[in-house]
Amino acid sequence: MYKLVTKEVLSDVSKKFEVEAPLVAKKAQPGQFIILRVDEQGERVPLTIADSDPERGTITIIFQEVGLTTKCLGQKEAGDYIADFVGPLGKPMEFPEEPGRVIAVGGGVGIAPVYPKVKGFHKAGMDVTSIIGARCKDLLILEDEMRAVSKELHVCTDDGSYGHHGFVSDILQKYLDDGEPIAEIIAVGPLPMMRAIVNQTRPYGVKTVVSLNPVMVDGTGMCGACRVTVGEETKFTCVDGPVFDGHQVDFDELVARSRMYLDQEKKALENCRCGGAK
Amino acid sequence: MAHDIKKKHPMEEQNPQERVKNFDEVPFGYDIDTAVAEAERCLDCKKAPCRQGCPVEVNIPAFIMSIKDRKFEESIAAMKADNSLPAICGRVCPQESQCESFCVRAKKGEPVGIGRLERFIADWQLKEGVEDPKLPEPTGKKVAVVGAGPAGLTCAGDLAKLGHDVTMYEAFHTPGGVLVYGIPEFRLPKEIVAKEVDYIQRLGVKLETNMVIGKTITVDELFEEHGFDAVFIGTGAGLPTFLGIPGENLLGVYSANEFLTRTNLMKAYRFPEFDTPIHVGKNVAVVGAGNVAMDSARTALRLGAENVYIVYRRSDKEMPARLEEIHHAEEEGVQFRLLTNPIGINGDDKGWVKGMECMQMRLCEPDESGRCRPEPIEDSNFVLDVDTVVVAVGQTPNPLVPQTTTGLKTGRKGTIDADEFGKTSREGVWAGGDIVTGAATVINAMGAGKMAAKNIDEYLKSK
Ligand SMILES: Cc1cc2nc3c(=O)[nH]c(=O)nc-3n(C[C@H](O)[C@H](O)[C@H](O)COP(=O)(O)OP(=O)(O)OC[C@H]3O[C@@H](n4cnc5c(N)ncnc54)[C@H](O)[C@@H]3O)c2cc1C
Ligand SMILES: Cc1cc2nc3c(=O)[nH]c(=O)nc-3n(C[C@H](O)[C@H](O)[C@H](O)COP(=O)(O)OP(=O)(O)OC[C@H]3O[C@@H](n4cnc5c(N)ncnc54)[C@H](O)[C@@H]3O)c2cc1C
Ligand code: SF4
Ligand code: SF4
Ligand code: FES
Repeated sequence: MYKLVTKEVLSDVSKKFEVEAPLVAKKAQPGQFIILRVDEQGERVPLTIADSDPERGTITIIFQEVGLTTKCLGQKEAGDYIADFVGPLGKPMEFPEEPGRVIAVGGGVGIAPVYPKVKGFHKAGMDVTSIIGARCKDLLILEDEMRAVSKELHVCTDDGSYGHHGFVSDILQKYLDDGEPIAEIIAVGPLPMMRAIVNQTRPYGVKTVVSLNPVMVDGTGMCGACRVTVGEETKFTCVDGPVFDGHQVDFDELVARSRMYLDQEKKALENCRCGGAK
Repeated sequence: MAHDIKKKHPMEEQNPQERVKNFDEVPFGYDIDTAVAEAERCLDCKKAPCRQGCPVEVNIPAFIMSIKDRKFEESIAAMKADNSLPAICGRVCPQESQCESFCVRAKKGEPVGIGRLERFIADWQLKEGVEDPKLPEPTGKKVAVVGAGPAGLTCAGDLAKLGHDVTMYEAFHTPGGVLVYGIPEFRLPKEIVAKEVDYIQRLGVKLETNMVIGKTITVDELFEEHGFDAVFIGTGAGLPTFLGIPGENLLGVYSANEFLTRTNLMKAYRFPEFDTPIHVGKNVAVVGAGNVAMDSARTALRLGAENVYIVYRRSDKEMPARLEEIHHAEEEGVQFRLLTNPIGINGDDKGWVKGMECMQMRLCEPDESGRCRPEPIEDSNFVLDVDTVVVAVGQTPNPLVPQTTTGLKTGRKGTIDADEFGKTSREGVWAGGDIVTGAATVINAMGAGKMAAKNIDEYLKSK
């Protein structure tokens, strides 16, 4: 059993926990993730390691309540326990080889997985320009944390309730146009957002990495549930990723595969044990 | 009714129409009188040729003669001297190519039902309750066992019996390896695996689940930071092989590993009581004809598929599965499409499988492995009408541990190089089971775990 040490409600649908997992905390690198299971009937669900504190032996996870597991998890309080927590999984993020500006783009709950990467760059003494966005102000998370590790921070909301009225891609476009060399763009968020960003940067030939979130089971390379086509090859996101060159990723396939269990997910939610789905 | 001495006593089982609707175990096992009667078929051969066929050389006549004399305590003791997991082996060993194939009775009629008797005596003991083991004096030596499959469990149990302080590290949330995530409930009830694991824990073995060695902790760190004196690696052959044909990433295409893990380990067959879903359409093609394929096909039937096909490019003679599994699959209505090779999977506009394109094959000259090499028959293409495909054409070792351990030599196929005792190229590290041999059998993995335990004990004593 793994103890939830602290809980923070970031928005109506986003929550943050620090989980006691000293061995994972000792090893965690930006870009990696964990898999957890809430209880004995639970599904194994992957979440990015948003932060780690080796001294206190904790891992921070931030998640959006989208279905059964994340809703059940959201019902837990500090001091509660969850059944399983395993990691750190996946490859750590790599630093860009080219000199130039690094731009991080985080959309919605994608800000959670982008944060540890920006923090990683910041720690390594590199400047990062960050662009974060959400549907509305209330759904925006980690603004202060992102500001603390970014050289510049741009905030966008789809409805204009805060910051720039519009999409993260609007701001990104300005940087693509101003001609200053860009070493790398990191884009993390919902699939449609990542697809839009890679299509936007492709003509400029700017390296754009994305962090993928396909369905997973084991997270150690044994099941193939997480396979994606990158270039011409099939890759397993859990061991070869989750960070890939976005221009190589077959997003159509990924979008289709992410819908594989839609009907069952709905049914699961109707049968929810934890009361979180009400 | 007198029994024909040339035949094994039949084992009662659920009838096929009923059992395809549930996940309960198929055979019921012998009752005491049938077991004794079957034991009486054994000729107690002096040379006991049957033993050569068993990778751990179970003293077969000894355990069977004790059943005949109704001395069940003695029987189980004779069994456990060589095989610590008889309830499992009795159910899953390919007896027809191992012990039973050497039985003298097989020359005229059927061999003695060694597997059935093994299962009987093990179940008898599980029902009676296993006494708490007497724990030996601690030696003060620490051994880490990586992977809680049959190899790891056996090695850990044997080392604990010798007084060593053993910790088992398992990547999944439940121990058992293939026994829990691969082999289905209807063939090997998980309660039996749990009891065997419980016994090993009562021997003093500590179990740490959710530990991916190579990620959470490396083997190097087990020595340097966690103070272990020796490490045994039994991480199995867990990586799925795909066919490399177009359409394999369509929705509705599973590796057998994923299909079985969802169903068995995550209990998707009890969805939505359990949260993990599985998708099974009306018509399912399972590619391959080993145990893994038979398990997948029979699972698909139980999950509600109407037509399930085994698609295999060779003929029935080459099918590598246990005879009993093929027989059970046939009885349950699995349809065999032999000498058939898939060449592509077709999808609909939403990305779901809607058919599998195949070619008819014919067998030609036997290849180096002695099997006949199949070759395609021209213009024999046809489309099999399926909406789910399960690929069960083999597994390779997981590279996580070899990649992160210094000084560990590996073979061409990613297996860890180890000698007959399980010793690897790195001092203090042993390995055994599928990670060394590639996908093999439960009893072979156990045998390797046992051999390594003995060798590790000698090493620790000499240190
Ligand atoms: C490497 C990785 C890192 C991730 N990091 C985060 C994170 O930091 N914060 C966060 O909120 N989410 C993250 N996700 C996504 C998160 O795993 C899913 O939102 C979660 O599994 C949904 O489970 P559920 O039962 O609540 O919803 P479900 O009802 O199961 O599904 C709702 C939606 O989530 C998607 N989904 C379902 N199961 C999975 C699965 N096993 N893996 C991925 N997606 C799935 C489906 O496409 C579906 O549309 C990450 C995913 C991956 C692979
Ligand atoms: C579906 C199926 C049916 C089968 N049917 C039969 C049968 O009827 N009869 C038969 O004799 N054989 C059968 N086999 C083969 C048999 O199960 C295997 O040969 C045997 O289980 C190998 O044992 P093992 O201990 O080497 O590995 P495994 O059973 O694979 O166990 C390895 C364990 O190590 C864990 N692990 C892996 N990597 C790590 C890591 N980095 N850190 C920590 N833990 C890790 C895994 O999670 C797993 O629990 C079948 C196999 C399958 C898949
Ligand atoms: S362990 Fe397997 S091979 Fe050996 S006697 Fe028992 S059933 Fe036969
Ligand atoms: S060969 Fe057959 S008959 Fe002879 S001892 Fe072995 S099991 Fe009994
Ligand atoms: S999650 Fe199973 S292989 Fe990646």
